[in-house]
Order: sequence, then structure tokens, then C-alpha cells
Amino acid sequence: MAKLLAITLIVIAIVSAIPILRHTWWMPEDISTHGHAIDEQMSETMAEAGISFLASQFLLALFIWQYARPRPGEKIKKFPGGAMGLVIAAFLLVGTEVLALGVFGMKAWANVYLAPPAADALPVQVQAGQFAFYFRYPGPDGTFGPLHPDQINEGNENFFGLDTAHDPDSKDDIVTAEMAIPVNREIHLLMHSKDVGHSFFVPQLRVQQDFVPGLDLSLHFTAAKTGRYEIVCTQLCGLGHYNMKAYLTVMSQAEFDDWLKKQAALQ
Amino acid sequence: MHDMSAQAHAAHHAPTGFIRKYVFSLDHKVIGKQYYGLAFFAAIIGMILSWIMRVHLGWTNFAIPGLHLLSKNGAPGDILTPEYYLQLMTMHGTIMVFFVLTTAPFAAFGNFFLPIQVGAEDMPFPRFNMMSFWVTFVSFLVMIAAFFVGDGPSLAGWTQYAPLSAVGPAAGPGQGMGEVLWASSIAIFCVGQLLGSLNFITTTLDMRTQGMSLWRMPLTTWAWFITSVMGLTAFAVLMPACILLVLDHVAGTSFFVPSNLVINDQLQPHSGGSTLLWQHLFWFFGHPEVYIAIVPAMGIVSHILMANIRRPLLSHRALIYSMGAIAVLSYMVYGHHMFVSGMNPISSIAFSFPTLVITIPATIIVLIWLGSLYGSKIRLNSACLFSLGMISMFISGGVSGFFLAQPSLDIMLHATYFVVGHFHFVMAVAAMFGIFAGTYFWFPKMYGRMMNETLGKIHFILTFIGAYCIFMPFHYLGMAGNVRRYQAFTDDYLQPLIPVHRFITIAAVATGAVQAIFLYNFIHSRFWGKPAPENPWEATSLEWSTTSPPPFDNFGGKLPVVYHDPYQYGVEGPAGDYVMQTDPTQIQLESDEA
Repeated sequence: MAKLLAITLIVIAIVSAIPILRHTWWMPEDISTHGHAIDEQMSETMAEAGISFLASQFLLALFIWQYARPRPGEKIKKFPGGAMGLVIAAFLLVGTEVLALGVFGMKAWANVYLAPPAADALPVQVQAGQFAFYFRYPGPDGTFGPLHPDQINEGNENFFGLDTAHDPDSKDDIVTAEMAIPVNREIHLLMHSKDVGHSFFVPQLRVQQDFVPGLDLSLHFTAAKTGRYEIVCTQLCGLGHYNMKAYLTVMSQAEFDDWLKKQAALQ
Repeated sequence: MHDMSAQAHAAHHAPTGFIRKYVFSLDHKVIGKQYYGLAFFAAIIGMILSWIMRVHLGWTNFAIPGLHLLSKNGAPGDILTPEYYLQLMTMHGTIMVFFVLTTAPFAAFGNFFLPIQVGAEDMPFPRFNMMSFWVTFVSFLVMIAAFFVGDGPSLAGWTQYAPLSAVGPAAGPGQGMGEVLWASSIAIFCVGQLLGSLNFITTTLDMRTQGMSLWRMPLTTWAWFITSVMGLTAFAVLMPACILLVLDHVAGTSFFVPSNLVINDQLQPHSGGSTLLWQHLFWFFGHPEVYIAIVPAMGIVSHILMANIRRPLLSHRALIYSMGAIAVLSYMVYGHHMFVSGMNPISSIAFSFPTLVITIPATIIVLIWLGSLYGSKIRLNSACLFSLGMISMFISGGVSGFFLAQPSLDIMLHATYFVVGHFHFVMAVAAMFGIFAGTYFWFPKMYGRMMNETLGKIHFILTFIGAYCIFMPFHYLGMAGNVRRYQAFTDDYLQPLIPVHRFITIAAVATGAVQAIFLYNFIHSRFWGKPAPENPWEATSLEWSTTSPPPFDNFGGKLPVVYHDPYQYGVEGPAGDYVMQTDPTQIQLESDEA
């Protein structure tokens, strides 16, 4: 039984590590300008966690193999260094590891969440609701009109509750069900939920942020690569949660201007 | 101290009637078995729910024969609807976390063994103890009742985030009556845990027998004691949170619902509440809850390991201090569940550091386990195997904690299967292995019969391999951005991951089926197992110095006197390589206590 368990442990540890080393299932390609810091942090953490995982499982397997054999007459041996050695090792090894991870990771976090958006960032408003995202662009006046939740009416396609009859700022606002952004330009995403909690997650963009009903939150990022990506909801929001998504198209500035004009014509 | 124990026990003599003996019993041992039975039953329900979910995730249109009997609307044509998937998922999480992982390692084993291990005849408040079980039982009935009302149980997940949980039936199926039952059940559950924790704390502090100093208590007793302190504070926060949630439904209040919410084009009649308030209250309970599940398992595994490696751990006190440190830190780390919740991003950094720091005491515990195996004489019985398995699982679940403690990585991993893999390893499977280890180890004491070792070993190796096949791939899915709590994977980038889900489903069904071996072994041994001697494992703590099973007053009218630290293994004693706590023999110790 000892050998069986020891071998099982070693096989499990190695087989578990292979897909990680080969990146069989890994984070999708990073298209953001801030994502490399997150990816580096991920790789470093994976290396440290992976070494801890393999070393501990191998040690466990080795000790089971070695010390579950009947050894009559043999006395119990002491672990060299005793408990104090291990406690000190835990403090030093793990302490340094977590401190390093914490400090470096903080920078990657601060890039996304603590740095303010650039002054010329393109504002896009996103509203999450059961079970769709809607996006709003401010139009030529550069200003979003006010929201009137009591006027939200999906039947009339007034998803945001705009009062275009009375609010001049709302008149040129462009509301879409898909998100398009220009490449290499910072986006300032203004987020609110109309009903319950939702989340905005684009794995390729390395951004994830919850929508919190009652709070206006914001997020900023720059996409560095054109293409079509999925925005998915990660906060359980009800029966259609699994199907709550929208497409994000990253395009050149010229294409984006063109797209926006077409959308404006459809309003 | 022991006088008080005698007084407490004098209040109730061994009952003879069936109802007082087996149903409304005041005997901590019967109450412990009742908790164990409840957890056993709940685990079977929770596992069946996970099977249904897994089959659905692998093959979304697969008809599970007979499923419509559970709910006609939830499974028309025996195929789960999206909402019923979420409802079963909510019940799986809730039942497993509260009624299995909290109930079995803490309330069941703790009730049975804590008083015996400190040399008491019973707990100081036997009526509170009886009440704690029956309140928990009522809570379980209320939870299960949700299957049979209106549109079924809540679909808001075991975390019950507001306002989905608070805004009422408009938010989705199960969010009316099912939700009220969920919140009421958990509020009731908290009462049971509070009563139980009070009893555990008082027993530990006031009922120890002569010679049983705090440092002479077994690590299990320490673990239950530390857990009850956590339970007392954590459940005291969850209970009012659940009461407020019920009020949002039945009294028209808006504790967790802000103004201006629009559902189905209807402006909701709520204002002034905070959705993040629920998350803070819930996780202030929720993170300590992780440790409420795992700390007793740490104690159980340490306790069993020492009896089976025939030596004390390298340090008794380092284990106790580490478990204590984990308990204290558990209140400062809960914000790591909320990194991307919209909480102030600086708070995320503040919550990140204690989360990283808590890995230090956890590492100390693992290293002491590993270091203690060195040069030991391992007896690989089923209890020992599950203990070693728990260590392996705890390591695997622990290392993924490094990722989730960092807000920057949480951007990628939050709400993905990585989290699901992490918590299943570190609290669910590790705690389950602790429960299995405890069962194989203490079954002789609880039921007076031995379990079948061969079946135990087969059960172990298959469950061990199966658990890895299920939960390790969850991490890969999470790395690839697979969002959790989806009933089907329709997104383009998730489609290639479906084969991984199918592999997991097959592993889950097979591993679940293997549990039939345990069920058979348990039932067969209970009635036809070999009669157990007093001390089958040559162990040292007080539960092994009384008969199997112990008499009504635990020690046959005479309280034991304790002469030694709890784990005198690897010494030359009168009966072998160990000296029991009650043995007055003087022993020379070569202690390597740090």
C-alpha cells in the first residue's frame, strides 16, 4: 500500500504539472497594454506555487515510501533541525515569497485600479441588466444625458431610461448592444447596473470588474490589438447568467469613427 | 474542575425510554452521532446534486431518468432548465458547507469526543446541547422544504449576493419563498452553532479532569476549541445578516437593496440599502467558515497521524499557535473575496497582505506534518491513509491560495473554475478526508465495532485518485477563463473547454459511486463488524482509556486522572511503544519540542 500510494502521489503531481508547463489550458492571448504585468505576475506565482506543490508532494511520497516499511528494532529518528528549523524555514521561505508576490503584484493592481484614466480617454458607458449589456457613447457633444430609471422600457428600446424629449444632452447619445473601441486609445468605462449584480470580464483584455447596483464604478484600459472578443458576465445574476454576453470589437480609429456614425444613424 | 462535570452529569441519569435515549437525548455522545447522521444524509443529498450538475455540464441535453420527479418545471423531459441548474447548485453549496463541512468535523466528532478527551462526563449545558442539534435539524428541514414550495429553492448561489437575493420574486425563480426559506434556515442554523460553540468553549475551559492542563489537551480538542471561538463570532454575524435578508422580503425593508432598480421595466419599491453591506457581512462569516471546516480536520488528522506514525509531532505547541494564528487572521482576510466587487481598491491591497500572511501558519502546519513523518514508523491503516490524503489535498488547495490572495491575479481568476478548484481542495475535499479519517479511526469507539480495513483501503485509493481527477482540471479551466456558475458553455472561447468538463463529469460520477464502498462498510460494520477492543490503535488520549463504546457517563463512574502530555508515542511504556495519558508510569522523554 505504501508503494502504491507513493507512486500514485508522484504520478498525480507530475501529470498535474504537465498541462501547466505546456500551457495546454492557459490564459487567452493578452491584447491590453497593462496585461503583461499581470501575466508576468501569474507566471512567477505559478513557478513558486508549482515548486512548493511538487516539492511537498514528492516529499510526502518519499516519506511514505521510506517509513511505512516495517523496520523492527529501529528507533524513531528525529527530523534534523526539529520543529524550530521548520518554523524558521516557513517564515523565511514563505514570508519572502508572499512579501515579494504582494509587493510586485500590488504594482500590477495599481496600474489598473489606482491610476486615474487619461484626460483624453474615450468615455463609454455600460449598463448591465438581466441578461444583456448595453453601451452608450456620448455623441458629438461629448456629454452623456441624465438617466431616468423610471423611463426604462425595453419594449421601446429605451434601455438606459433616456429622456430625449427633454434632455438636450441625451439627444445625440448613441446606444448600442455591441461594444466597439478604437485600438491603442484609452477607454474610460463608466459602469452601472440597472437591476442586480453583474460583472464585466474580457479575459483577453485582462479586466474584470463587478457592477454593483447603487454604485457608479469605472474602469480604464487600452486595447493594443484589433479583433472581436467576448464580454462575459461573471457575477451570478439569475437564470440567464450563462448567456449574458456582448461582443467587443477593437478596430482602427478610422473604422471606429465610421462605425459610430452608422450607429448614430440607427438611433 | 471535575466537580463541575460531576454536577452537570448528576442532573441527568442514563435514560431508559427510547425517546430520551435516542431522540431527545442529553448525552453528548448520542448528540454527536445525531450530528454525524445528519451530515451523512446531507452529504448524500449534496453529492447527488453535484452528480446532476456535473452530468448537465458535460452533456447539457442529457435526460437523467426520473429527474422530473424532483421538479416537473425544473426538469421537463428529465432535462434541467437553466434556472433549476442554479437552484440545485445553490442547494449543493449550502448543504455541503453548512450541513456537512461544518456539521461533521466540528459538531459531530467534537460533540462525541471533546468531553471524553478532556475527561468530562458530559458538557456543562446538556439541554443547550440537545437544543443545538434539534435546532440544526429544523434548519435542515426548512432548507430542504425549499425543494417543495412554489418555484423551488433560491438560485442565488450559496453566497446569496444582494440584491439578487433580496429584491424578491421578480429577480428570478426561487427568489420568493425559496429565498425566504434559505435565509430563515441559515439564521436558525446559526442559533444551533452558537449554542454548540458555547458548550464546546465551556467544556474545554471548565470541565477538564484532574491533571488535564490546557497544554495536555489533544490537538483535536484544541482544534474544536479554536473552531468554537471562531464559530461564536462568525455565526453571530451571519445570523443578523440573514434576519435582515428575511426582513427585506417579508417586511418591506431595504437593508440590501438600493434605490432605482428596474426589473422587467418595473421600478422596484426599495431605497437606501447597500448591496456591498451584504458581501461584507457574509464574508466576515464566510472566510472564518472556511477555517471552521478545515481547522477541526487539521486537529483530527494530526491526532490520527500521531497514533499511526508512532511518534509525537515535532512540535505540539507550534500546531496550536498556528491554528490560533489562522483563527485570528481569518477575520482580516475576508476582503479577498471582494477584490473586484467595487470595494475601494486600496482596501484590496490591505486585505491582500493578511491573506498572503495566513499561508505562513498553514505552511508551518504542513511542514510539521511532513517533518514528523521523517524517521517515523507509519502504520498505513485506512484512518492513516485518509490523513495522509488530507495533507496532500491541503497542499494542493493551499498553493492555489497564493494566486487568489493577489488582487492583480484575481482580475483573471475571480469567479472562474480556478476558485472552485481551490476551495474544493482546501476546504471541501481536505475536510472530507478529515471526516473519513475520523470515521475510520473513531468508529470502533463510537459503535463498538471495527470497520473493514481492506474495504477502507480500496475506498481510499479510489477516492484519492478520483478527487484529483475532478478538482485538478478545475484549475486549468479557470486559467483559461472558464466562468463558474454557468449551466452551459455557449461562449466561443469556452466551447473548446467542454471536453475537460466531460472528463470531470466522468471522474465525479465514478468517484461518487466509489462512496458506496464506504456506505456498505459503514452499515455492515455497524451491525456485523468485529467487536472493538478498548484501544485498537494503541493510542494514548483519554477516549482510548474507556470502553468501546463508552458508558453513559463516559468513564464508568470514576473520572480519569491525567499524568502526561497527550501523545507519548515512540517511548518505552508498559504496553508497548506508547504511554497513555492516564498511565502513572514515569517516563524518560527525549523531547524535540521546539
